[in-house]
Amino acid sequence: MAAAFAAFLSAGAASAAEGGPLPHREKWTFSGMFGTFDQAQLQRGFQVYREVCSNCHSLSYIRFRNLEEEGGPDFSAAQVKALAAEYKVKDGPNDSGDMFERPGRPADKIPAPFPNDQAAAAANGGKAPPDLSLMAKARTFARGGLWFIIDWLPFIGYTEQGPDYIHALLNGYKDEPPKDVQVPAGGHYNEYYPGHVIAMPKPLSDGQVTYAKGANGQPVVPETVDQYSRDVTAFLMWTAEPHLLARKSLGLRAMLFLLVLAGLLYYVKKKIWSDVGGETHGLQPELHKTS
Amino acid sequence: MSAHATTYVPKSRFAKWFEARLPIAGLVHSSFIAFPVPRNLNYFWTFGAILMAMLGSQIITGVWLAMHYQPSATEAFNSVEHIMRDVNYGWLLRYMHANGASMFFIAVYVHMFRNLYYGSYKAPREVLYILGVIIYLLMMATAFLGYTLPWGQMSFWGATVITNILAAIPIVGDTIQSLLWGGYSVGNPTINRFFSLHYLLPFMIAGVVVLHVWALHVTGQNNPTGIPIKTGKDAVPFTPYATIKDVFAVVVFFVFFAYWIFLQPNYLGHADNYIPANPAVTPAHIVPEWYFLPFYAILRAVPDKLGGVILMFGAVIILALAPWLDTSRVRSANYRPIYRQFFWVFIFCCFLLGWLGSKPPEGGYVLASRIATFYYFAHFLIVMPLVGLFETPKPLPGSILESVTGPGKQVGSSGMPAGAAAAPPTKG
Repeated sequence: MAAAFAAFLSAGAASAAEGGPLPHREKWTFSGMFGTFDQAQLQRGFQVYREVCSNCHSLSYIRFRNLEEEGGPDFSAAQVKALAAEYKVKDGPNDSGDMFERPGRPADKIPAPFPNDQAAAAANGGKAPPDLSLMAKARTFARGGLWFIIDWLPFIGYTEQGPDYIHALLNGYKDEPPKDVQVPAGGHYNEYYPGHVIAMPKPLSDGQVTYAKGANGQPVVPETVDQYSRDVTAFLMWTAEPHLLARKSLGLRAMLFLLVLAGLLYYVKKKIWSDVGGETHGLQPELHKTS
Repeated sequence: MSAHATTYVPKSRFAKWFEARLPIAGLVHSSFIAFPVPRNLNYFWTFGAILMAMLGSQIITGVWLAMHYQPSATEAFNSVEHIMRDVNYGWLLRYMHANGASMFFIAVYVHMFRNLYYGSYKAPREVLYILGVIIYLLMMATAFLGYTLPWGQMSFWGATVITNILAAIPIVGDTIQSLLWGGYSVGNPTINRFFSLHYLLPFMIAGVVVLHVWALHVTGQNNPTGIPIKTGKDAVPFTPYATIKDVFAVVVFFVFFAYWIFLQPNYLGHADNYIPANPAVTPAHIVPEWYFLPFYAILRAVPDKLGGVILMFGAVIILALAPWLDTSRVRSANYRPIYRQFFWVFIFCCFLLGWLGSKPPEGGYVLASRIATFYYFAHFLIVMPLVGLFETPKPLPGSILESVTGPGKQVGSSGMPAGAAAAPPTKG
């Protein structure tokens, strides 16, 4: 029965994939009702963004101070202050009307790699690399079939298509495209990108980012493309939804409160309705004489 | 509101003085305290209260959001992200408002299907019912305008598609389109206009809701038997009976609402709307919000643009004709064995149209949309008139009381269960 139901739900999934595999469903710490961010993972993800992605992609909705907020990477205030100071930020005009550069402060936005979209497009083969702040919520893929009927439900649902797509994309580069695919100059073959030809070259390779070592002198997590992409995806989920933890914890308390209130109201209702009867005044039977 | 004398008796000197000058306390008393409610209502009758709660929630969160939102083609998207990130509990306000729209429509669809099943639209409630259809139209306009305000890709392209549809209206179409655009395409003047109208329409809804409640309190509520209240024993006073039941139902509905706000806040939206509006890039699939999908399917089922627009609006307008299309003398489908089956086919047809609306308009989907569109209209134009003429309804109970206690099983002189306490005083 359950298998038949699953088959019914996935009917048409193959056609929805539009000639490519669907992103693999990954395990994320932030998924589900009780999901939280892994602080160490967000810090590693920020490192990957900073050392790799930020060469081309802005993160325009994130300010340095966000990096020290609760429920995020949770860097210390001193770390954030020192980090911001490493950047040059354009400010002004000053009293003499000139623009000037100064060291960054925690309240500043993380500076973008290019001054404007045109400059970004000119430096990247004609197409500006998109801002990454909202990427984890702005991308998805059609799962196909009728899964949407149950995908919103707790425990059995599935709503991490955005992060799964980003992870799959970062791991989806193929050196040898299939024989029937012509990749134009400046394009790169990616299994998961719609249309399969993506302007972004393969951004990550094994060993590219050196993570902080653990107590034994070994990296805590493997320095592989798979791990980098997981870390940066989790980081981008946080940049897209910085109040995710506050939202879930407030939500569970709000729902618990409402459930208890509903339970109490049910018994009040039952008590009141236990003595129905007697005459009720204010009727207007004349309106209904015809029916 | 209604013409009949209220049973409210002012007690204090001030209350007497005030009531002689503005009888509003008596009005509230007769509408929400003494108002007789059929005693056999099921929980489908609590959705009126749920809708009131949702309208209130939408207005409160909307007023708050407007304090932080900027209706501008360059700043709208940024200001929404500002609300999400930097405004205290801004994420909560926005998710309540965005998901609140969906909850509002879930509640209104339950309310409408309940009305169609139990024949609440039939005499003497035609005006009450048409006011409801007007509220639904205003809700659709408000929801569409609101969805454009974040100025994401789906906002922009949704606005473009819908305003282009309006241009298909003969003679005045182009004028309406230019008035909405404020220019030669969807742009900054459009978002200013849409914001202004999005703030205006909910208060128009509130105004029509007052008329809707007024009309309700003149004709009284329908009930699952469809037969009117005949004696006081068929009814209970609104307060405390309906009040507590409504409050309970609203809280249960809010558990459901909270689940969406806090745990699936983006499920009912589109990922594309987290991409800032870009007139140079068209999204792969432009799809409206789920609550418009059946009408979108009807629009696309017709090969001709104007024809599609006529059928799409006709699908709502035809609702208003139901009181005269339905020839049955029995209201409730509980006593209409044939119509009841057609009713469920109609419900299935509405869901099918919704699903088809989310699919690309190609191949079998178009054919299925055409069949479902035909059936949608056939339900009103063929099924409702004919079934009413040929169907033999099941025997109706003698009274609402009888439907609750069983025929000839009068319990005590007042119809109370044995041993029950006396009913609360209702004369006030």
